Amino acid sequence: MDDTLKSLLAEKKGQSLSAVELAALAAGFRLEMFDVLHSRGTGHWGGASSAAEITTSLYFNRMNVDPSNPAWEDRDRFILSKGHASMNLYTILAYKGFFSPGDLPGFRTLGSHLQGHPSMKKTPGVDMSTGALGHGLSIGVGMALAARLSGKKHWTYVLSGEGCLNEGQTWEAAMMAAKYRPERLVYMIDYNGVQLDGTSDDIMPLNPLADKFKAFGWNVAPKLYDGHDMKSLLESYDWMDSDDVWPKAVIYQTVKGKGVSFMEGKSAWHGAPIDVDSYAKGRPELLADIEKKEAAL
Amino acid sequence: MSVAMRDAFGAKLAELGKTNDKIVVLDADVSSSTKSAIFGKAFPDRFFNVGVAEANLVGVAAGLATAGYHPVVNAFAIFLALKSTDQIRNVFCYNHLPIVIAGAYGGLSDSFDGASHQSITDIAIMRAMPNMEVIVPADSRQAELALEYALQQNTPVYIRLNRNAMPSVPEPANFASKKVIVLKEGKDVTVAANGITAAMANDAAALLAAKGVDAEILSIPFVKPLDGDGLAASVAKTGNLVTIEEHTVVGGFGSACLEALAKRKMTYAFDAIGVEDRFTETGPYDELLAAYGLSAESIADRVMKLLNK
Repeated sequence: MDDTLKSLLAEKKGQSLSAVELAALAAGFRLEMFDVLHSRGTGHWGGASSAAEITTSLYFNRMNVDPSNPAWEDRDRFILSKGHASMNLYTILAYKGFFSPGDLPGFRTLGSHLQGHPSMKKTPGVDMSTGALGHGLSIGVGMALAARLSGKKHWTYVLSGEGCLNEGQTWEAAMMAAKYRPERLVYMIDYNGVQLDGTSDDIMPLNPLADKFKAFGWNVAPKLYDGHDMKSLLESYDWMDSDDVWPKAVIYQTVKGKGVSFMEGKSAWHGAPIDVDSYAKGRPELLADIEKKEAAL
Repeated sequence: MSVAMRDAFGAKLAELGKTNDKIVVLDADVSSSTKSAIFGKAFPDRFFNVGVAEANLVGVAAGLATAGYHPVVNAFAIFLALKSTDQIRNVFCYNHLPIVIAGAYGGLSDSFDGASHQSITDIAIMRAMPNMEVIVPADSRQAELALEYALQQNTPVYIRLNRNAMPSVPEPANFASKKVIVLKEGKDVTVAANGITAAMANDAAALLAAKGVDAEILSIPFVKPLDGDGLAASVAKTGNLVTIEEHTVVGGFGSACLEALAKRKMTYAFDAIGVEDRFTETGPYDELLAAYGLSAESIADRVMKLLNK
């Protein structure tokens, strides 16, 4: 993170950031993810990058969390059902203040609290361990039902990719959520259209995805939002607040590997190590994006 | 005969629900079979029937557990162990969540439904998972005690339950100590019985006594953690061990006993009674158990063979 972004974080600590501020921050986080994933030679770039704006806006605009008290029982919950995007979540949590950003380079090393996939027992701020795909929505239903039982008003956000939607458990949970309708449960889909082996259309077509959730009895957002555009993301949050009909599903159109042109939309960059040449070629693009976003501040 | 384990367990669950408002109960469309419906009727707000969806059942319970609740998940043992293995391992156990996994219709007790419903691999699966405790009660009273115990733990506990009315054994003085329960002291052979086989072993002891064999009968409900010291003390005395389980002999209770003793470098003669490495079949429960060597007579015969008598 450059000095501009560090000062922005320091100035706005604990406050909700604006769209332009969030955009600059997300660009900075994306570069940080890219750097660590390259230096470690392991991890998942494609899905970490596609969710950069989604998680940045959630944690720095919307979610009610307290980094000094990760176990605060009234906090909003976030479940990264697509747990392979762990580098994304770790970067966000570190700069949110749950732990030192200096821990990030230790990602996936022996003894680090930053496991290959998120572990709630190891990393402050991680609300649920994930990795095996398809778990998130069920767990989110349970968390939201717990809030109902205990009279709490916090939100539960579950972020999923296509892989989770391939799993049958997600649809079991979708049925149950429509039966019990837990308040403030939101299923957010990072719909980048690419899985490990190829495009979703080739591997396991999901469309018409919004219609599927509607047919399951969900309150589905009236449009697809641009998961890389902060104004669009903030608009989706306005929609979440617009009525009291639960559960809610929101689909974000995103690009896998967003920000590095030759990696975008390619399944090869789902989990491949970022080699030296690709790193050298890709990094300037991410730096340029930061400059552009910072110019708008 | 005592009341069926499932009836006792269901009634105890509802009773505990009166004083512990952190208990939440989930079932996968078998609540009238598992008897979790008793709780559901008494506390509808804390009861969730998720339909026939065991993976989701476990996931939802985990979410509730992260917020201070103590879920009790109910479904048939075979489907909990097989259809929600990933969720039990990666969510319950990995996160060390306080959850009771109540596996109904354990062993061959869903006898008429046949091999598809008979749970002969659940103990092997559950005990392999880090952070999991595994209890196989011998009778209805032990099932109640197991539930009370499990709800006081901050870890996943698997309790394997039986469907049918079965004979009881004397109530242990301190179930929660997790120690082997000595039903009868003896000097010639240790018969270590898991679950409902304890009552059969007790009956076998009388048959053996008539043949001049003084058997020590142990009821061992805690497969994990296993009281290796208690077992070893008995085997050191008798020099002979027969394990009995309503489960495959591969990886279950007998295997757990051997693992515990192997570390102690003991010498003893051994036999394991259980379902050999094969699938089971349909039939009346008592006949089915006997067909797979689970009867007082079979146990006595196997002991005599082990002792070369």
